Amino acid sequence: MSELIFTSTLNGILFGMLLFLMASGLTVIYSMLGVLNFAHAGFYMLGAFFGYQLSRWFGFWPALLIAPLAAGTLGAAVEHYGLRNVHRNGHAAELLFTFGLAYVIQETVQVIWGKAPVDYRVPELLDFPAFTVFSTNYPAYKVFMLAMALVIFAVLLLGIKRTRIGMIVQAALTHPQMVAHLGHNVGQIFMLVFGLGTALAAVAGVIAGPALVTQSDMAALLGPILFVVIVVGGLGSLPGALIASLLIGLLQTFAVAINTSLGSLFGSLDPAHAPSLLTDIWNVSIAQIAPVLPYLLLVLILIFRPMGLLGTRAT
Amino acid sequence: MRTSVATLLVALPLAIGAARAEDTVRIGLIDGLSGGGAAGAEVVLKQFKFLADELSAKGGLLGKKVEVIPFDGKTNPQESLIQAQKAIDGGIRILTHGGGSSVAGALTDFVTKYNERNPDHEVLYLNWGAVDPVLTNEKCSFWHFRFDANSDVRMEALTNYIKTAPQVKKIYLINQDYSFGESVRTQARKMLAAKRPDVQIVGDELHPLLKVTDFAPYVAKIKASGADSVITGDWGQDFALLLKAAADAGLKANWYTYYASNIGGPTAIKQAGLDHQVFQISEGVPNLGAPGLAEFEKAFRARYGVSAYPRAVISDEMMMLKLAVEQTKSLEPIKIAKALEGMPYEVLDGGNGFMRKDDHQFFRPMYISSFGERSEKEPFDEEKTGWGWRQLGKIDTQQTILPTTCKMERP
Repeated sequence: MSELIFTSTLNGILFGMLLFLMASGLTVIYSMLGVLNFAHAGFYMLGAFFGYQLSRWFGFWPALLIAPLAAGTLGAAVEHYGLRNVHRNGHAAELLFTFGLAYVIQETVQVIWGKAPVDYRVPELLDFPAFTVFSTNYPAYKVFMLAMALVIFAVLLLGIKRTRIGMIVQAALTHPQMVAHLGHNVGQIFMLVFGLGTALAAVAGVIAGPALVTQSDMAALLGPILFVVIVVGGLGSLPGALIASLLIGLLQTFAVAINTSLGSLFGSLDPAHAPSLLTDIWNVSIAQIAPVLPYLLLVLILIFRPMGLLGTRAT
Repeated sequence: MRTSVATLLVALPLAIGAARAEDTVRIGLIDGLSGGGAAGAEVVLKQFKFLADELSAKGGLLGKKVEVIPFDGKTNPQESLIQAQKAIDGGIRILTHGGGSSVAGALTDFVTKYNERNPDHEVLYLNWGAVDPVLTNEKCSFWHFRFDANSDVRMEALTNYIKTAPQVKKIYLINQDYSFGESVRTQARKMLAAKRPDVQIVGDELHPLLKVTDFAPYVAKIKASGADSVITGDWGQDFALLLKAAADAGLKANWYTYYASNIGGPTAIKQAGLDHQVFQISEGVPNLGAPGLAEFEKAFRARYGVSAYPRAVISDEMMMLKLAVEQTKSLEPIKIAKALEGMPYEVLDGGNGFMRKDDHQFFRPMYISSFGERSEKEPFDEEKTGWGWRQLGKIDTQQTILPTTCKMERP
């Protein structure tokens, strides 16, 4: 039992930190530009495929540097040539724009790399078990993912709270005209922030690609849960996103480990009296509904604390 | 003037289409050509096209060329029915599909009802891969033929193999949470209890279909249970992610699977380093040594650069169709259907099979194989991994036959 609790905790933290890696870019873009970027998971996928392609040419470590730069540049271009024009037409137009973009990215990836998973591997340097607990191995690569997530969290937080650029960016969101009058190029700042956000998603992609499966529907798989993370964490709050990621990671992992159902708690229903639908619900174990739990959390948060755990604004 | 040009432009392609339709036999392939199962469906489409070209080159069906027209059903019942209607409206009278039993169920109903309403213009449904047993039991239809072994048949064959494997002592069941996964787990429990009562089932898990991103928590449970073997019907990314998590955690278990050879599976096994620890029950593998199969495999790889495996079933389907057409000298679905009923056929993988008349389920020899390093006897690798499938055991056709509850209404 203690083995399962320990491994579940560790697995939950690892999965949570992976979620945070992806959600951090989305949070940065949302908190600074007010754009809910539906294509964010698409950039995450681009990161994975760029990472795969570049690591074949130059090896993993150069890829880890170049792929996010490339994806970030693409993101900046999207902001500059697309989103900026759409922005005039309001938030709905922006939302639809990024929604469409997500499809365009997916189709493009399918055309270039095909629909089958690509053979993207963990770099040899990190391809060994880091430590063993209760006979379960923990790959060094997962520890590396954890460390990367922590470093990114620290750098981002410092960048936003402690640097001049961060200050200007925050001011530009609420008082763009004032910032412009002070001589800053607001358009350029927005472009940089969007580029940074997409580059962060790409970092997550490069790192997660070898650990998960790199294929053309990986964006669709992870897209929805990212929104749960940023809403639960609180819109615009980086520490909130971190806490929410860990919370969701642990929630899902522990739920999987629990085989209890209503039936096993209160005894099974008398089959003669129970309609089949009710017996079905009665016998569903917590493990079976694990993937739904984050969305349940999302609904509850929206009802009882719309600003999220650490958020400051309601919308 | 302008209208007449427009009319001409519209009419021209229609006329060409009609002219072409007369000298070709068109088969509508309705499968999930986009979305989660697209990668697999694409290989299937290539294979159908390959076989159609081969058939056409050898004289076609009654002298007519054979063409396979793809329709994207998006692995969605509703969408697939729309595509089926579209195909029928275009004059297609032979439909084929195999990805997803929920779609297959909807298509069977649709085709059966359509045929009731449109006598003399019936449509045939050839199922190459949807394996839910219900399709040849409660929901069986005269117009539906299944060429792949259904999941009960596979489990029957798999448990017959496990009966001879004393090293299997503790089994963990993990399956996808839908009708197919459900039938794998219930049949596994039932058949193991009958054939290997000493085997302990230490876990029985259903997980959501194509929604799990990290299987580490599931693997932790498998490890904690002390299982030496896992039985899973998982396919697609679920299978790849499950194996990856198992390899990461250092889980030492043998895997008994249905679909390990599907696209992405071999890559995942190689990456996980599970050398001959993943077993599969299937209709055959390229390395069986059957001469027809090896030629087919070589020609297909030369043309498309990918393995045709595991769908020798598709070749069997097309060749049996050809036989039925030749026997009846007709392209009428009802005549083809009657010719297919009870038809014996020597399958591409080698061995004799037959299409049971009672329920339209095809029975064939099944094989247990494992994936890993190859010996000289195994020429084919998979997905450029260098590893290939090795035959371990054969289950004869007679040993795979199960009773059916089908009460078929014949026209």
